[in-house]
Amino acid sequence: MKWDFASVFDNTDALLAGAAGTLRIFAICLVCGLSLGLVIGLGRYAHNKWLYWPATAFVEFFRNTPVLVQILWFYFALPILLPFTISPLAAAALGISLNSAAFSAEIYRGGIQSIDRGQWDGARAIGMGWGQAMRRIVLPQAIRRMLPALTNRAIEIFKMSTLASAVAYVELLQQGKLIASLNFNPIEAYTAVAVIFFVFLWPLVQFTYMLERRLGRGE
Amino acid sequence: MSLLTVRGLTKRFAGNDVLRGIDLDVAQGERIAILGASGSGKSTLLRCLNFMEMPDAGTVTLDGKTVGRRESELTLVRQRVGMVFQQFNLFPHMTAIGNVMEGLCTVRGQSKATARARAEKELARVGLADKAGTYPAHLSGGQKQRVAIARALAMDPEMLLFDEPTSALDPELVGEVLGVIRSLAEEGRTMLLVTHELGFAYHVATRVIFLADGTIHEQGTPDEILKNPRKERTRVFLASHRQFSL
Repeated sequence: MKWDFASVFDNTDALLAGAAGTLRIFAICLVCGLSLGLVIGLGRYAHNKWLYWPATAFVEFFRNTPVLVQILWFYFALPILLPFTISPLAAAALGISLNSAAFSAEIYRGGIQSIDRGQWDGARAIGMGWGQAMRRIVLPQAIRRMLPALTNRAIEIFKMSTLASAVAYVELLQQGKLIASLNFNPIEAYTAVAVIFFVFLWPLVQFTYMLERRLGRGE
Repeated sequence: MSLLTVRGLTKRFAGNDVLRGIDLDVAQGERIAILGASGSGKSTLLRCLNFMEMPDAGTVTLDGKTVGRRESELTLVRQRVGMVFQQFNLFPHMTAIGNVMEGLCTVRGQSKATARARAEKELARVGLADKAGTYPAHLSGGQKQRVAIARALAMDPEMLLFDEPTSALDPELVGEVLGVIRSLAEEGRTMLLVTHELGFAYHVATRVIFLADGTIHEQGTPDEILKNPRKERTRVFLASHRQFSL
């Protein structure tokens, strides 16, 4: 067979629209997922049962159900229960964010627990409250240890964004499918989609390595 | 009036009575060495005084005011009662001067410039002016402990608690830390010191307390306790510590 990428390049505009869609949902899910994850993770770390049990229930529910099912549920089932419809972006972002929050919550909890008790002692001995000690002393050290795992999460979020194509949200895979079906060139179209993903993700990963080195000052 | 008054202090860990009703009065300028076998409750006593551990019963009165249990009161007490730990507990992600500035900036809300000036003074006092920009990982144990002392001093504590400050150090580094503590003693600072350095306790302390089974078994001047202990257990403890001395 003969590769014919020209038929892909003819649809650059469609791919660009897809890339913009992918980046948009990635940014939303990265920020929402990882920050909600921190809140849930702190709940999982808490001794207070009113914080611990809801956080645990959240983690167990969203870790143990498939994201694709969640997205379809938010898109098709939620509007039946509630008096409004939900956009493909909102449904997909909700599913991916909640799932990422559940997974990253466990990363945060593990990271915070790995910090030596002595660090809390040192912080409290100069009069810091819980929040100050967490923000200034414990979290900065924990984040450094968590960075490889959080990087994995970010990559996973980026790739999970393709699931949004299930509710016809315009992102890279959705556009690839469209191009493939219009031009009968699935090999070239999906190869192009894979290459574009790599081109986005590889620099992102390099950036986190740099961040790791920067946070590692003093070690 | 004493600076610190402790009455009936009790602490239990998992059904173990670690402290069984400690009464203690610390006057301004007193330097108290606390001795005792491991498990006698020395560290727990010290940690209860600034509420790093919550006493199960009893009161701690600082400067005439009995400390309550609200978090805001406790953080205030911890600023007024500085603590130095066996394991230093420096913040590894901050430089030496960053460690000393941290309390001033985060807890006291001082500007970076004000805090830096103060921190430089404290680092100079412990002889580490030239290590300001160094991270803890690149400091020796003795230097780390001196930074930790500077960090405590920066908060202007009315009293200092030392929890075995030289026990984690290589023998050749003990002297520099004891030297700093001695210079603080000469300034007339109030301090409580849990230590195994009997010679240092003898020369620096104004009072020595021997703890056993969570109670004050015997106390008195360094001469009374270290040279002429009245009680058998104190004698046995001292003998075991001097077993190999020259």
